[in-house]
Amino acid sequence: MATEVMSMEDIRASALRLGIDFSEVDLDSIRLPPGEDFGIISDDEDLKEEEELEFEAGFGNIIVVDNLPVVPKEKFEKLEGVIRKIYSQIGVIKDDGLWMPVDHTGKTLGYCFIEYNTPQEAELAKEKTNGYKLDRSHIFAVNMFDDIEKFMKVPDEWAPPEIKPYSPGENLQHWLTDEKARDQFVIRAGSDTEVLWNDARQLKPDPVYKRPFWTESFVQWSPLGTYLATLHRQGAVVWGGASAFNRLTRYAHPQVRLIDFSPGEGFLVTYSSHEPSNPRDTHRVVLNIFDVRSGKVMRDFKGSVDEFAIGGTGGVTGVSWPVFRWGGGKDDKYFARIGKNVISVYETETFTLIDKKSIKVENVMDFSWSPTDPILALFVPELGGGNQPARVSLVQIPSKEELRQKNLFSVSDCKMYWQSNGDYLAVKVDRYTKTKKSTYTGFELFRIKERDIPIEVLELENKNDKIIAFAWEPKGHRFAVIHGDNPRPDISFYSMRTAHNTGRVSKLTTIKGKQANALYWSPAGRFIVLAGLKNFNGQLEFYNVDELETMATAEHFMATDIEWDPTGRYVATSVTSVHEMENGFNIWSFNGKLLYRILKDHFFQFSWRPRPPSLLSPEKEEEISKNLKKYSKKYEAEDQDVSLQLSEQEREKRKIVKEEWERWISEWKQLQEEEKLERQKLRDGEASDEEEEYEAKDVEVEELLDVQEEVISFD
Amino acid sequence: MRPILMKGHERPLTFLKYNRDGDLLFSCAKDHTPTVWFADNGERLGTYRGHNGAVWCCDVSRDSSLLLTGSADQTAKLWNVKTGTQLYTFNFDSPTRSVDFGVGDKLAVITTDPFMGLPSAIQVKRIARDPADQSGESILVLKGPQGRINRAVWGPLNKTIISGGEDSVIRIWDSETGKLLKESDKEAGHKKGITSLSKSNDATHFISGSLDKSAKLWDMRTLTLLKTYTTERPVNAVAMSPLLDHVVLGGGQDASAVTTTDHRAGKFEAKFYDKVLQEEIGGVKGHFGPINALAFNPDGKSFASGGEDGYVRLHHFDPDYFNIKI
Repeated sequence: MATEVMSMEDIRASALRLGIDFSEVDLDSIRLPPGEDFGIISDDEDLKEEEELEFEAGFGNIIVVDNLPVVPKEKFEKLEGVIRKIYSQIGVIKDDGLWMPVDHTGKTLGYCFIEYNTPQEAELAKEKTNGYKLDRSHIFAVNMFDDIEKFMKVPDEWAPPEIKPYSPGENLQHWLTDEKARDQFVIRAGSDTEVLWNDARQLKPDPVYKRPFWTESFVQWSPLGTYLATLHRQGAVVWGGASAFNRLTRYAHPQVRLIDFSPGEGFLVTYSSHEPSNPRDTHRVVLNIFDVRSGKVMRDFKGSVDEFAIGGTGGVTGVSWPVFRWGGGKDDKYFARIGKNVISVYETETFTLIDKKSIKVENVMDFSWSPTDPILALFVPELGGGNQPARVSLVQIPSKEELRQKNLFSVSDCKMYWQSNGDYLAVKVDRYTKTKKSTYTGFELFRIKERDIPIEVLELENKNDKIIAFAWEPKGHRFAVIHGDNPRPDISFYSMRTAHNTGRVSKLTTIKGKQANALYWSPAGRFIVLAGLKNFNGQLEFYNVDELETMATAEHFMATDIEWDPTGRYVATSVTSVHEMENGFNIWSFNGKLLYRILKDHFFQFSWRPRPPSLLSPEKEEEISKNLKKYSKKYEAEDQDVSLQLSEQEREKRKIVKEEWERWISEWKQLQEEEKLERQKLRDGEASDEEEEYEAKDVEVEELLDVQEEVISFD
Repeated sequence: MRPILMKGHERPLTFLKYNRDGDLLFSCAKDHTPTVWFADNGERLGTYRGHNGAVWCCDVSRDSSLLLTGSADQTAKLWNVKTGTQLYTFNFDSPTRSVDFGVGDKLAVITTDPFMGLPSAIQVKRIARDPADQSGESILVLKGPQGRINRAVWGPLNKTIISGGEDSVIRIWDSETGKLLKESDKEAGHKKGITSLSKSNDATHFISGSLDKSAKLWDMRTLTLLKTYTTERPVNAVAMSPLLDHVVLGGGQDASAVTTTDHRAGKFEAKFYDKVLQEEIGGVKGHFGPINALAFNPDGKSFASGGEDGYVRLHHFDPDYFNIKI
């Protein structure tokens, strides 16, 4: 069909020709036959579809209660009273929100509709009263009004699901194949979210993808970097793809607040908390566990906030995040949460508790998984006023067998730090002094991979030093501690190995009086950034732990966040919008050279895209690091090329800018010249124009101060 | 060289102006007394008493005989520079924010703030040779921009008036007819209020400073955006070197936020940029508050900065300055 666009004028002309009074035609009355678009393709098809998906019918706060007794007219009020009593306990029923239909004789039909103020209340009511036994023969069947329609649509006969032909997906790991081996990062500033390459060679970021209003709160990479998750009022969404970021899967979860991926990216945990309608009640929390690839809910957990708030501190509204901690390394096999006197460990095969019951541990305070093995570390504080010692124990999953236990006395608090390979566990123990007035700190170091898991006790030389920060070297055997009481604390490095490999911890060095309060190891180990954030205004020290020397000191004024790129080549420091000014980020090389800085107002987030672990075998890696010279030659040559090219480009650019400026100047000069007379007239004939008066000139003045003659002996 | 610290004002500085010869420096502050200093050694020469409110702006005639000041007391006053006597008072119904003499000193443009329901306005006054003949009549009154107009200056040959203010738009007006000729492009222009505007010595281009943490260089006739200088903090004052291709930006946060921020967080530095390459060259520290005013000596060998801290700092450049290469 011809889709030539006719102008209004053409239409009028043809109307005249046909003898139709065009002004009489009511354009709105024209109806197209259904299915006919006259060749005009609507571009809002996608939009329509989306809306249908995102919004439900809007009756989300109405429930349908079925299986009510059928009563005659006389008893109607009594029944209504009973129902109202039951349902108004759960939430506020709207005025006229209870409707019980009757037939022509006034007999009820055995069901009613109840409209609450909020969908949450309706949801709660459904949950609480579905299956409620009014009496023996009347067990309530409660459903959401919105669901009824859905149930109606279910065909009576089962039809086999259509098997869609396999269409190959995009390579979600395409970014790893970058020729220049660059890394990506995401930033959020203002309303824009942007993914960029870190092009350190060109000393600037290279844009990949940008989208305004991409997320409603924050964005998060999945642990292996495959997906980028965004949060919305309706739920979470993951994005990914080879060239751009396409929407891959949606996870419906209204008012989702927090999300957490399992380490292997298999599952996504979403969390929301809902204000109670009744101020006496506690907040309700909803947790969903989705399969990342299919988007299916594998299991959901609902309850009051108290049930999820035990153990740990921090997080949002009393819940310590993540509620579910994933164990067993990248296989996503187990997840666990802490409850009152129990640790509940679930396995992902069936999404049920292991052995169908939780592990009972009286008064358990905290637990953590080994990052690689299905081993749990638990901490139980002192009980009975010190009669029963505090303990840390290691429990094997799924056998629930206790591998090792250590009793500790007069403990005030414990914190557990796993080394990233799961080789070591450090437990920082705060103990009361004899007077119980103050505490001092020591470390219990577990060697997980050795037979019987030997434990070593480490105490600092000055026992009264406060521990400000502790960090294991990733994949390594060393750790760093910031300790001290004064404003300039000391930093000590320890190794779990000694020269003679006797399996004893040894101190490598202590550097005194540093303005640092946070430790950031390179993900590849060996290098560490000693950072002074907050009160120290962003002092940075780049330290080489192999050589035990400082490589560089620098400052990123007011820096709030520091993050190494996944390869350990670059460090990003950023000032986020907690400060009003200086917002933006700096990119440094691993040895503390500032490569570039980007200023962005309202800067919220900087996050490197993680990389999956290397596919090279340890032997191969060893070989590469041994013959590094051979491999690096190629890259060094490339670097040089780029830097040459860059300086050439820079020169060229400057030349152009300068020339352009010269053009302006000459144009202005000419105009000035033309207007000279007029200006003189305005000044009543005063001639001098100010622009000629001063000029920068290099004048060399030589002045003879003194002349002396001296005889120099010559021998 | 060590800067000369000029203490004379009791309240934050608002404006600085050198005379054409570069031997006198006029300063305005929120105290009510504009002051004149020797630009060479920072000695105080005298004050102009008579205003009854913060003085926002001043301009001095080409022959250094007349001083025009605009004040929050709803007046603009003409002074005899030498004797300090008031020659004439222009009365307005709202505070005056900026004043500027036209070429030939026979015209002045004065802006007034929105006040008690009155909108802001740009007013053109004739300046009489003989103060006895001076009248307060406005030849032209321009209205339209929303919010305060922070600065209005004359264009080439007094044919246009250039204004900038809180609505973040730079406008060029015909000074004869009062017609709006040009407006700065929304995309290219400032995103937040314009705080200051300063002409080049030959009145061919000008620089504007804004709270959007940038300063922009414009062609005065076509309003073409030539350069943008970005910084980390709101810009309160801008100035261009008459000698070298340098611009200076001064600023800091709002005065109300000074006490709640680290003194280094405000970074009350005067920042030097290469005018052509738009790159930062260096900074001059010193003030204990945001910088509100900047001015270059017409010889380009010194500059003055005025701060929220009530001080004027007079900086004579070291010889190194003239050899900066980037």
